[in-house]
Amino acid sequence: MATLLEVRDLRTYFFTQAGVVKAVDGISYALEEGETLGLVGESGCGKSVSALSIMRLVPDPPGKTVGGEVIFAGRDLLKLPDSEIRRVRGKQIAMVYQEPMTSLNPVLSIERQLTESLELHLRMTKAEARREAVRRLEQVRIPDPERQLKQFPHQFSGGMLQRVMIAIALSCNPKLIIADEPTTALDVTIQAQILDLMKDLGREYGVSLLIITHNLGVVARYADRVNIMYAGKITERGTARDIYRSPGHPYTLGLLNSVPRLDLPRTEKLDPIEGQPPDLLHLPAGCAFRERCRFATERCAAEAPPLRPVGAGHVSACFVAETLLSQAKERAA
Amino acid sequence: MTAVESIRPEPADEVLIEVKHLKMYFPVTAGVLVRHTVGQIKAVDDVSFVVRRGETLGLVGESGCGKTTTGRCILQLHRPTAGTVLFDGKDLCSMDGRELRGMRRHMQVIFQDPYSSLNPRMTAGDLVGEPLLVQGLCADRGAHRERVAELLSLVGLRASMADRYPHEFSGGQRQRIGVARALAVNPQFVVCDEPVSALDVSIQAQIVNLLEELQEKFDLTYLFIAHDLSVVRHISDRVAVMYLGHIVEIAERNAIYATPRHPYTTALLSAVPIPDPVVDTQRERIPLTGEVPSPLNPPSGCVFHPRCWMATAACRQATPELREVEAGHWTACIHAPGYGSA
Repeated sequence: MATLLEVRDLRTYFFTQAGVVKAVDGISYALEEGETLGLVGESGCGKSVSALSIMRLVPDPPGKTVGGEVIFAGRDLLKLPDSEIRRVRGKQIAMVYQEPMTSLNPVLSIERQLTESLELHLRMTKAEARREAVRRLEQVRIPDPERQLKQFPHQFSGGMLQRVMIAIALSCNPKLIIADEPTTALDVTIQAQILDLMKDLGREYGVSLLIITHNLGVVARYADRVNIMYAGKITERGTARDIYRSPGHPYTLGLLNSVPRLDLPRTEKLDPIEGQPPDLLHLPAGCAFRERCRFATERCAAEAPPLRPVGAGHVSACFVAETLLSQAKERAA
Repeated sequence: MTAVESIRPEPADEVLIEVKHLKMYFPVTAGVLVRHTVGQIKAVDDVSFVVRRGETLGLVGESGCGKTTTGRCILQLHRPTAGTVLFDGKDLCSMDGRELRGMRRHMQVIFQDPYSSLNPRMTAGDLVGEPLLVQGLCADRGAHRERVAELLSLVGLRASMADRYPHEFSGGQRQRIGVARALAVNPQFVVCDEPVSALDVSIQAQIVNLLEELQEKFDLTYLFIAHDLSVVRHISDRVAVMYLGHIVEIAERNAIYATPRHPYTTALLSAVPIPDPVVDTQRERIPLTGEVPSPLNPPSGCVFHPRCWMATAACRQATPELREVEAGHWTACIHAPGYGSA
């Protein structure tokens, strides 16, 4: 498999009156063609900013991508002139946002929102674009697409709108779809429908997916590999199986332990991660997670643990990763 | 035998809240100069259940199913269209504003969004202390200050944080302020309306644990409204499932999760993602097609029948009532084992 997207040492900072917020602080990852990659982290960890940085959509000021490279199909997106990046956005890389209710334009019909990018990027005529729009709505399994084209966003439910968003994202045959919390605003029975649809369509058309979420459960079934982010950095990466079955970072382990699971017997008490997420303006020296970490030692305060390999295709930014992995092995045995 | 009559024989002193045939219809109006009602949204349509003293009753369902409206109707934050709500045997629906204000000492609410439910211009101390002033529970300023400090430490905040404003706190800490505010007047009953769904995963567990500790300490009774079925299983003693304004199933926690008797509950449970790729891909999933119908124009008969894979002609005709199909296990599905004979 060839690499489609490679993010190298990406740094996006926000320059605020209170100081510099390092929202994304040196993250690197690669996404293979046809792969589904999960990016998991809590609010404020930088996962959305990292996605917006790829598309160069971070508002400037106050945000600025101060370093790194985003290599997509052989070109560094960060160095492209504005006219070129506009040809990438929506055409080669498309986005699906969290809130379909607010990310569609309320005064434009569904038809116009679908045909806009077709006319712009694929230079279709109005009639061609309309035919294509109908086809795309069919693809995302919206019943009676001809009639639906004339509707406006407020006439649709959240789940239907998210289907429209996916249809728009697919409309120019992108190579990559970045889905930022695509199901967070939806009900649980609709969530499953949308994720299944995205995965099916991705497979059918060979589209790679980058799914950003705070919910570990959402990506377990769909992602091939998962990145975990905390305070602007990637703390762990591995196959879905590695991450969920034998996590090599205390933060990942903490996240997994803090959610009650329906498939396991009920426990008397939940096991939360103590403390609060750090203030990105005043990050502690060393490991950003150490103040909430059960395994923290003096070394964690002195030096920031680098992201290093701890298994085949498995990397972790923790000094005690090996201990965690062997404990996971014991649990499994 | 209807649901209410057969729940009734429970020992009266065990029941704290009794909801009977509760209906909450919101009018839909049209016209600019002459407003007239053109329809009704049946947010809650004939719901009956009891909450026992000291228990946690989980109320689950998807958005728009009427779970929040039910909670608000119990507290009389909406005055219900029909039905009664008995609190300790006293009918709340027939009380006037003054009587209700007295009752609010005993029943409180924790809201979903700690970002919008706290007044940004009040300090944490003012927020927690306000209910004490409203109810006139503190003799003097010294006692008031002491009680506020006590409440803050109770929910895991420092007394010195009383002078800070909501924006200086993280989401989890704000929800702690919301909890302290609800508990300030020593209530017996607390409606927790999605208290953790706006919080980060790692913080959710902290708040759930806190709610459980406080329940034990003060003998609280909770109505825990949520859409997250895993959290509800953890915290609840019994669980009620709502769909489109109706309670479709209500049972002991273990019974409802192990042997759901309503197809909607079954589908809902099967849709919950499990954070383990091996387990999750092996699980049988019942995909629900379509969307929740509009409460403005609910389907005839069983409200779930348009999305139900078991639906028959009979389901389209009569609305099935809630019946006890096993001891303590109530369901409103005519296809549930034991439903016909109950």
